Amino acid sequence: MGRRLLRNPLAVAGGVIVLALFAAALLAPWLAPYDPSDFDAAHVLEGPSALHLLGTDGLGRDVLSRMLFGARVSLMVGFVSVGISSLVGVTLGAVAGYFRGVVDTVLMRFVDVMLTFPTFFLILAVIAYLDASIWNIMLVIGLTSWMGVCRLVRAEVLSLRERDFLVAAEALGMKPSRVILRHALPNALAPVFVAGILGVAGAILVESALSFLGIGVQPPQPSWGNILTEGKSTLGVAWWLSVCPGMAILITVLGYNLLGEGLRDVLDPRLRAR
Amino acid sequence: MLSYLAKRLAGFVPLLLGISFVSFLVMAMAPGTPVDLMTDLNPKASPEARERLEKYYGLDQPLYVQYGLWLGRIVRGDLGTSFSRDRRPVLDKIAEALPITLFLNVLDLTLILGLAIPIGIYSASHQYSFADRATTVFVFVGFAMPSFWVALLAMMLLGEQLGWLPISGLRSLDYDSMSLLGQAWDRVRHLILPVGIAALTGLAGLSRYMRSSMLEVLRQDYIQTARAKGLSERAVVYRHALRNALLPVVTILGLSIPGLIGGSVIAETIFAIPGMGRLFYTSVLMRDYPVVMGITLIGAVLTLFGNLLADLMYVAVDPRLRKR
Amino acid sequence: MRSGSGLAAVALALATCAAASSLVLLNGCGDAGRGRQAEPAQRAASESSPKAHEAEATPAYGDAIVFGTIGDGSTLIPMLASDSSSHEYAGYLFDGLLEYDKTLSHLEPRLAQSWEVSPDGLKITFHLRRDVHWTDGQPFTARDVQFAFDTIRDPKTMTAYAEDYKQVQSFELLGDHDFSVTYEKPFAPALASWNSLMVLPRHLLEGKDINETDFSQHPVGLGSHVFESWERNTRFTLRANPDYYRGRAHVEQVVYRVIPDESTQFLELKSGGLDMMGLTPLQFRRQTSSAAFDRDFRKYRYVSNSYTYMGYNLDNPLFQDVRVRRAFTYAINKQEIVDVVLFGLGQATEGPYRPGTAWLNKNLKPYGFDPAKARALLAEAGWRDSDGDGILDKDGKPFSFKILTNQGNDQRLKTATVIQKRLRDIGIDVAVRVVEWSAFINDFIDKRRFDVIVLGWSLSLDPDQYDIWHSSKTGYKQFNFVGFKNAEVDELLEKGRRTFDEAERRRIYDRLQEILVDEQPYTFLYVPDSLPIVASRFHGIEEAPAGISWNFPQWYVPKASQKYSITP
Repeated sequence: MGRRLLRNPLAVAGGVIVLALFAAALLAPWLAPYDPSDFDAAHVLEGPSALHLLGTDGLGRDVLSRMLFGARVSLMVGFVSVGISSLVGVTLGAVAGYFRGVVDTVLMRFVDVMLTFPTFFLILAVIAYLDASIWNIMLVIGLTSWMGVCRLVRAEVLSLRERDFLVAAEALGMKPSRVILRHALPNALAPVFVAGILGVAGAILVESALSFLGIGVQPPQPSWGNILTEGKSTLGVAWWLSVCPGMAILITVLGYNLLGEGLRDVLDPRLRAR
Repeated sequence: MLSYLAKRLAGFVPLLLGISFVSFLVMAMAPGTPVDLMTDLNPKASPEARERLEKYYGLDQPLYVQYGLWLGRIVRGDLGTSFSRDRRPVLDKIAEALPITLFLNVLDLTLILGLAIPIGIYSASHQYSFADRATTVFVFVGFAMPSFWVALLAMMLLGEQLGWLPISGLRSLDYDSMSLLGQAWDRVRHLILPVGIAALTGLAGLSRYMRSSMLEVLRQDYIQTARAKGLSERAVVYRHALRNALLPVVTILGLSIPGLIGGSVIAETIFAIPGMGRLFYTSVLMRDYPVVMGITLIGAVLTLFGNLLADLMYVAVDPRLRKR
Repeated sequence: MRSGSGLAAVALALATCAAASSLVLLNGCGDAGRGRQAEPAQRAASESSPKAHEAEATPAYGDAIVFGTIGDGSTLIPMLASDSSSHEYAGYLFDGLLEYDKTLSHLEPRLAQSWEVSPDGLKITFHLRRDVHWTDGQPFTARDVQFAFDTIRDPKTMTAYAEDYKQVQSFELLGDHDFSVTYEKPFAPALASWNSLMVLPRHLLEGKDINETDFSQHPVGLGSHVFESWERNTRFTLRANPDYYRGRAHVEQVVYRVIPDESTQFLELKSGGLDMMGLTPLQFRRQTSSAAFDRDFRKYRYVSNSYTYMGYNLDNPLFQDVRVRRAFTYAINKQEIVDVVLFGLGQATEGPYRPGTAWLNKNLKPYGFDPAKARALLAEAGWRDSDGDGILDKDGKPFSFKILTNQGNDQRLKTATVIQKRLRDIGIDVAVRVVEWSAFINDFIDKRRFDVIVLGWSLSLDPDQYDIWHSSKTGYKQFNFVGFKNAEVDELLEKGRRTFDEAERRRIYDRLQEILVDEQPYTFLYVPDSLPIVASRFHGIEEAPAGISWNFPQWYVPKASQKYSITP
């Protein structure tokens, strides 16, 4: 499977991007030339130069350093919200699929209610009311995007439910949770993983949208979304303030999407070219 | 069939109740009330004035009473009056914003469909070619760009620097003095940017879906048979594969009907379009409960009907699902 | 070919995006990012002097002016409106009895042509103009004033502005165009309050429920302009009132376009879609100085009516020692904040009075920027760095707290960030936190759950500061939320309200400012400049302390330069 993936150049490109960004984010404290909150009143809004490779922002802070630390924030938002949504979705989906009956109906109705809410509006409303702290943002994004995963897992578990080996396992007295965890879930995980990768990209875009509205990760803590929003108000004057975060978001989301699509192509037997 | 419909429709009621209750809870938990926004930090506003205002809006009553009152009104078809100072009926406010949003979304969807289907077909029938990869990248890049960034860049380039298109709004200032043709053209010019950008960012989903659906169909045995029979590739693709490949796309369409009434807050803010997105957002910020509840309710109703329609269409279109 | 092609496609796409966006941005707006610091503020001043465009044609009627607004208004009845857009719209439709003159130093007649204050300060008698009509033809009389007065005091009216009028004991009609009001106690801010009471047409509103009437969407006024149309969240239009008692406005049509995003507004301004807007300091300095701008626009700059401050929660033991508060003020470089946050377009301030007005105490001694002195004062108060971690501590506890400010205000956020750094330089650990406005007010300010806030006040033109500094105003939702209690200040505030003698009041408020400087319940930070920009085809603009809009009815566009053909 891995080799097949490598034959897909787009997925490879995606993977390279994902890894590179991961590395940049991890190594931020060592890679960043300046402290991201260090400001310098004498060098406000200066373009890229030898001193500041990506220029400075409205308070004279080094954009490159802020971008590197912002990468941490953006990736963290992506991963934690996907983590939350995956956890919730897998659990609820497995429970619904395994126990069926009333439990399933109730859970699926709940999924329907959640799906009927325009999620972005719900995110907006909640964040606007709560503190726009990173944790709240991650929590809200996570808690509003688990439905797809839930349905996926439920479908898988449902289809596996009938399989002989599961019936046998139960007859042998294995606990339902073990049955689910050991046998049903691993098969469902592949599409969940793909959904997770795509979810990271989505979460990063949502964070930048929230920043535009002023309720994303709050400055002075840097995030790509809020650097881009500052760039928006300095458009004609400081192109680097919007091009850098804009391109970073674009590249990251693109990378994750290409990787996710590539993985999906590989994992889904129906789509392979003969 | 009828009993199926009846059952589905009956299921709407608890769902709607659930949704309205959850929204009400969210609004109620929010710090601050609409009265605060009117009187905060105004040295001239006394505590008595505040109390009077709260009583006027019924905010001094316990939550369940407020919710009950709201429900009672809804059942009679009355969506209530906005809490904002204009005291206009909620229905009026929604009726102003909804047609605009609907119109834009339908245009978007049409444009996206018009582009996504051919792209998907082409990508699928030339899988792994350079063209396939290039369009994949193109489509994903469109999706990956933060929409407000692209919108602003487009406005700067096409609007300000080149002067080809108007920057924001839906009509020019001198619209009323234009000829009928002039007016139509004015509207089109104002729509190009918002619809274009929305299409650019929305193309990815549908085109990829079309592509994978097409790919799946093209692997089927009967396609091999058609090819073996000597039919041209064109006939194979367009006459046999396409029809089947379009089935799932049709259902996706059905599922996007509820999305038609939701406006993008960001696009509407940037382009100064008075649609549902902005109405919802500003009402949320102003704690204008009646409007928020009204929009949520209408949205939920349309979503439920949209899902029902999608399910019906799916059954109608896919012969495998029809009950004998 | 295959593997390379995919990667190549990605790389090509990305490079194109980066290049395209950079090009668009580099192209945008003449003097992009070249760090031009020499701002021709002098040029702006001299250009806007009357002589520069005196050579122009004679005043003409016609044309339209287009403003942008972030939010739409909600009601056109001033006493019911709480948002600034509504007030701005309604301001064209109604007038008050009197108004501050362009130098902001005294009140001049509007609907009232003269008035007298009785020697004991308890009674004010107004004589109204006899030549004013509502735009439906009905004459304006003292009964309209009485109606507005009764309405605003009516408990059923949902207004937040009744306080000033509640101080009136009785209202006496003395004729069709004269009346007097008697106060229980002499109330100096009273005169100014009659500026804000926008009179209402009794003949149209008597007997109707003011809160629900359709009048709020279709009003009849007597001001410089008449309501024309209102397309919600899109456009609000007014036409000049041909019978305006101060002379017909020259600009025939006023249009407000609702454009919620500031960047979009700026783009619209640049491409001619808007005629006037308020610039941010950055826009003023760096984005509006090209040759095209100089030709098509004129920029103005005047002291605004608000100030930004850092307030300490005086119930928090950390800030109860006045030496600590003074130390912070020494530690903060106010001029640096003005330079970095406002690009120099503002001034540092030591108190709550507007520079350029008579009420500002000119003998105040500013603290100045002196970190060494700050450290010394803190040491005196018992704060030393005993564990060498760079943060001062006392009794084992480090000096650390949070600065709160509201979301959506970039200037305040930057101010707080600069302050954070300066305080860290002297060993104080500060975190900055931004909270959504309503939550900010309800959860933090009202409940007084804050350490330090960075916020602003608008300045009223009357020097009375009772609501902000009096010790009785520390209750729930009142404005002395820092908890300042000073007996001498209380006495001064009360005396200041009760006398009409200007000289006496000046002495009182000078002393108030001295105490505030001494006690530092706030560290007063700065007064920003207002930075409007107007399309150059508008003539007749005269800069004054009141700004530039004070004589809006006299603005005109010469016939030859008129852009919109609106027949008067």
